[in-house]
Amino acid sequence: MSWQRQILRVNLTDSTIRAEPLNMQWASDYIGERGLGTKYLWENMDPKAEPLGPDNVLIFATGPLTGTSASTSGRYAVLTKSPLTGAIACSNSGGKFGAELKYAGYDLLLVEGRAEEPVYLRIEDGDVSLHPAKKIWGKTVWETEEWIRQEHNNPMLKVATIGIAGERGVRYAAVVNDLHRAAGRSGVGAVMGSKNLKAVAARGTCGVSVDDPKRFMEVTSRMKDMLAGDRGTRGLTKYGTNAMMDTMQEFGGLPTRNFKEVQFEGYDKVDARAMLAIGADGHRNLVTNTACFGCTIACGRISHIHKDHFTIVNRKEYWHASGGLEYETAYAFGPVVGIDDIDACTFAGYLMNEHGIDPISFGVTLAAAMELFEMGVISTEETDGIELKFGNAQALTVMAEKTGKQEGFGEVLGLGSRRMCEKYGYPELSMTVKGQEFAGYDSRALQGMGLGYATGNRGACHLKHDTFEVDMEDQTGSGKAEPCKASQDWQAVVDSSGLCMFTMGAWGPEEFAEQLDADSEGDWTVDRMTESGERIWNLERMFNMAAGLTSADDTLPQRLLKDPAPSGTAKGRVNELDLMLPEYYRLRGWTDDGQPTTETLKRLGLG
Amino acid sequence: MEPDKCTGCLQCEIACSFEHEGVFNPARSRIRVFEFQHGRLAVPYTCTQCEAAWCQKVCPTGAIVLDDQLGAKLVRTEACVGCKACAIACPYGTIEYNPLSGKVDKCDLCGGDPQCVTACPTGAIAYMETSLSGTTVNTTAEA
Repeated sequence: MSWQRQILRVNLTDSTIRAEPLNMQWASDYIGERGLGTKYLWENMDPKAEPLGPDNVLIFATGPLTGTSASTSGRYAVLTKSPLTGAIACSNSGGKFGAELKYAGYDLLLVEGRAEEPVYLRIEDGDVSLHPAKKIWGKTVWETEEWIRQEHNNPMLKVATIGIAGERGVRYAAVVNDLHRAAGRSGVGAVMGSKNLKAVAARGTCGVSVDDPKRFMEVTSRMKDMLAGDRGTRGLTKYGTNAMMDTMQEFGGLPTRNFKEVQFEGYDKVDARAMLAIGADGHRNLVTNTACFGCTIACGRISHIHKDHFTIVNRKEYWHASGGLEYETAYAFGPVVGIDDIDACTFAGYLMNEHGIDPISFGVTLAAAMELFEMGVISTEETDGIELKFGNAQALTVMAEKTGKQEGFGEVLGLGSRRMCEKYGYPELSMTVKGQEFAGYDSRALQGMGLGYATGNRGACHLKHDTFEVDMEDQTGSGKAEPCKASQDWQAVVDSSGLCMFTMGAWGPEEFAEQLDADSEGDWTVDRMTESGERIWNLERMFNMAAGLTSADDTLPQRLLKDPAPSGTAKGRVNELDLMLPEYYRLRGWTDDGQPTTETLKRLGLG
Repeated sequence: MEPDKCTGCLQCEIACSFEHEGVFNPARSRIRVFEFQHGRLAVPYTCTQCEAAWCQKVCPTGAIVLDDQLGAKLVRTEACVGCKACAIACPYGTIEYNPLSGKVDKCDLCGGDPQCVTACPTGAIAYMETSLSGTTVNTTAEA
């Protein structure tokens, strides 16, 4: 019962809008959100389609638990073929938009084709229409949300939109909802832009019911108590995800200056404690914490920038508080570009949200550009006079804005690290897998993380597996394939549920199963869910193989395979991918060249 | 209500709608959280159960009645004709017209066990008895 049993199909080429029944067999086999979206993508497009062409399909998918009383029930995912990687893209977001889409009566929104002129989609329960977006084309994420609400005289509309970066095809443009939550990775915003779709605005009053309401309320309330009682989860509330900065610094897994180093001397100027520190004049970076829909953790940061800081001293429009640094943004504007200016980092974060850009990809692309600049490959003539050196905070904020608005050297940075490094003839300096930039964990210190990056279906990504514990216990490549595979499968389950992965410190598989079982029809056990997770992982893999990727894409940059970590606990180590990968393929039931075998596909109902 | 403690998670709206409608539907919640300034402020508010209740005074059918025990103003749905006079009269905008039932919804304090209070993870909403001057006299429930 937790489903609305209805999806919305919008064809932008011929402006048709159609509600269709949700395929309940697929919901049963693929759980929801990430899994269900993958199945719909697989069934509705040719994986060989040009990512920025009209034949690509863009999906907004909710999960079976989205919109319920379960903690963190606000998640949704955006799926499409990525213009950054050429592989499947699945970007997960929180905020309030996902629950609103489901409350409007739709489990999933599928967008196909390409509009002739810019449009936006408005969904108010059964009242769905496309509107001309000429007046908001070229506007920022923040302006667009405000404009749409005023246009329809409805402050309750939740808006997911792209900024100029998405309109102009920045390869890592994000879809931003609720001002500062984002389906950030893999360029899903560029696909939206290529379809001439500026925004989706939703308001729903339909409500969501569950299979066994009484049991569901009992279970979810017990699970919320578990979260509240968990020390690590309480740390997320107090410090946010940026608490990770100190751990990675100490361990020597903090990628610094485009991965030339693994520890950053200025880490304590941009970490969680720095956000909480009160300056001599009483200014504190962190203003408050904030929650996504239904979330009882509230790891979100709301920060403000010092008014005297060079970035905003003459720009009053940025004197307000807004979304603050998380670990990945702090890493991408801090260590990896060698910058220790917390106000500059915070401002760059504002710009990412305002213009709709993935901060990880931007920061790591900028890091490669800085290395090229210091090598003399890029000169100030190209960079509009900006000294693109590691540590230059002005270079960070100016380039963030130029990339957001697609001006000057921002157009080069908008290509992403791989395309940019190829353009200059130094592909080895691109810190990417399948063209997607690394998150803030170095694969030389964290071996299993490296395997997860290399085999990630959307390219380098820290969110699709979890081998932290084993990686920190043992820094060799041995014994990493099994936990990598197992956590990839389970992560696919969590990403498909409609709940947030930041509950996983407190909730094990049993806790997720109990909630899903009370929520949805049928019996949901850990075994069944784990098998679904493996099915989802393999279907993503099938999409990528059909798109033309091969096992040669399951690799890491030479810097991580050949250049030893210069310091930290892993000093002298490289990533041992060649040891881990064959074992991983075997455990997956794939051939030596990474193809799922017929037996494996048959076992998972994919053959 | 303590806005400083509110994170804007909407668990109160989710719980309220479940208590009254049997489904999760914040659009039908009797308590609302409004966010301002890029999420810097999240402010929960609902009916304050005014002593001099304008909603009650303007109701042409006497559909809004006082529960002596709770001090809550309740809507007698059988008498409500959906004229919305109470919604207009309420200075705080805490009465909402429900187009499905054709009547109005307002906070009824859940019979003395407000579910929004139970659901609030941060103690931003508490249920306590107050004196006429508004000071707390006796805490009966606090999240």
